[in-house]
Amino acid sequence: MASRASIELERVSKRYGAHEVLHEVSLAVGQAECVALLGHNGAGKTTLMKLLLGLTRPCDGKIRVNGAEPTHLLGKGLGADIGFLPENVMFHTAMSGREVLRFYARLKGVAVSTCDRLLAEVGLDEAARRRVSTYSKGMRQRLGLAQALLGTPHVLLLDEPTTGLDPVLRETFYQRVRQHQEEGGCALISSHALTEIEARSDRVAILRQGRLVAFGSLAELRERAGLPVRIRVVTGAGEASGVAERIGAGLHLDHINNETLELSCLGGDKLDIVTRLADLRPAVHDVEIHAPGLGEVYAHYSAGDGPQ
Amino acid sequence: MRALVILAGNEIRDGLRNRWVAAIILLLAALALSLALLGSAPSGTVQATPMSITVASLASLTVYLLPLIALMLAFDALVGELERGTLLLLLTYPVARWQVVVGKFLGHSLILLAALLVGYGGAGLVLQFTGGADAESWIAYLVLMASSWLLGSAFIALGYLVSALVRERATAAGVAVALWLLFVVLYDLGLLGLLLADTQQRLSPDLVAVLLLANPTDIFRIINLTGTEAVSLLAGMAEAGRAAGFQPALLVALLLGWVALPLGLTVARFQRIEL
Repeated sequence: MASRASIELERVSKRYGAHEVLHEVSLAVGQAECVALLGHNGAGKTTLMKLLLGLTRPCDGKIRVNGAEPTHLLGKGLGADIGFLPENVMFHTAMSGREVLRFYARLKGVAVSTCDRLLAEVGLDEAARRRVSTYSKGMRQRLGLAQALLGTPHVLLLDEPTTGLDPVLRETFYQRVRQHQEEGGCALISSHALTEIEARSDRVAILRQGRLVAFGSLAELRERAGLPVRIRVVTGAGEASGVAERIGAGLHLDHINNETLELSCLGGDKLDIVTRLADLRPAVHDVEIHAPGLGEVYAHYSAGDGPQ
Repeated sequence: MRALVILAGNEIRDGLRNRWVAAIILLLAALALSLALLGSAPSGTVQATPMSITVASLASLTVYLLPLIALMLAFDALVGELERGTLLLLLTYPVARWQVVVGKFLGHSLILLAALLVGYGGAGLVLQFTGGADAESWIAYLVLMASSWLLGSAFIALGYLVSALVRERATAAGVAVALWLLFVVLYDLGLLGLLLADTQQRLSPDLVAVLLLANPTDIFRIINLTGTEAVSLLAGMAEAGRAAGFQPALLVALLLGWVALPLGLTVARFQRIEL
């Protein structure tokens, strides 16, 4: 049966000697989906990417990328429909950026005429004829992105793609990923930059010591983790304590002063509490709600509080 | 095929950029020219053309120099890319691993061919214009150039095997130098020692022949120093050549085997490397 998922891992384990790098990891990335792959250094993110690329074989489990097993491709070369950006991408330094990209384009069977457009897209058009040895880390990273995008592959595997990019280029990069998704492509992005990946990924996969401890949308993970929602209430002068007494049950008072209250509650109680606060007008002037971000969700699951 | 051409072309471009090609051409040309112009003085007394003398002396030096150049070109072909991190990206492209090995090998081998054509070929032309060559010596000279290419390619293939077997570039360099010492210096010394120790002549001539053919540099010596009458007389190898009676086709086939075997082993090893 043909699968709708572009990337599929089914109870995949990988051991190097006695050391287990990945333990029964199962996840699927659908078409037009962007999944963020998170985890501490050594959690198994890069190994997972290498398995998807067929650079190394799984000890157990099944892997499918675009419906094919990459392990079968070990030694035979990968399909052209995958774009990969390794962490700390390296190139032949004696060649110019343009020559590097043309070399990879030819290997992929992509028209070399597309190279100049790609170089312009990543902001390297002016440096294209300079040797890669003169490039900064950010410029090398941009060249890496350009080669990953060669031939508009269906699956993008990006390992720390925005390292060394300035904020403007980061934005351009994520726009490009979004465009890729709109064209039906999927992306698996490994990253430590939680705040920037938060709004750009559809789902999040968190690895801890080789185990997938969380996989779902941010809202799902937040709810499953039971992380508190923080509510900041602005009241009239001297009315804070009065408001605190009248709100009632279901929340925790974190901080109070003359005209502000900081409360926390479970995500499920949030609407109820906001309604109650609205009823306390005019003593309550304003309400700000802070749902836990990806940083807190990640901290929760990666620190060992989450389920194994 | 397309991938092989792209990979070989990339290697050649890299060689040109790193001035490897230029350095090897200069070295080979300087060697051949100095032997051609300065080393052909004794030609009057033994009635040989200066080109025949050049073949004898150039072959003797090529045996030492070319394997070293070839190993230096090849030792980091795979492990160097692995260490620099460029191999990881390359192997995620639609190229088979054997294509990576063979494509890079073709590039390096063609670099050596170009250097031989310009360096040795140029010296040959100088001899031609100074009247030091006839048809027979030209044949010997062309055989020298062709067998030099095969010898160099065999050592490039050996260098590749080293490059696929070790995990660090520095180790590869050390092993490559050791290989050079073994094949170029120690092997013949050992063989000579064996023959000297064999006062009872218990070693059969066939075994000695097999031992000679088990070293690509000795095959090269046999091809070039016993190839033609004029050269073998000069090299003092006439008797040896006649006695051994090796077929030229066999010698070429063996040298080709010395290219194919290490290259095949390299591919087999490289297929299994997990990154």
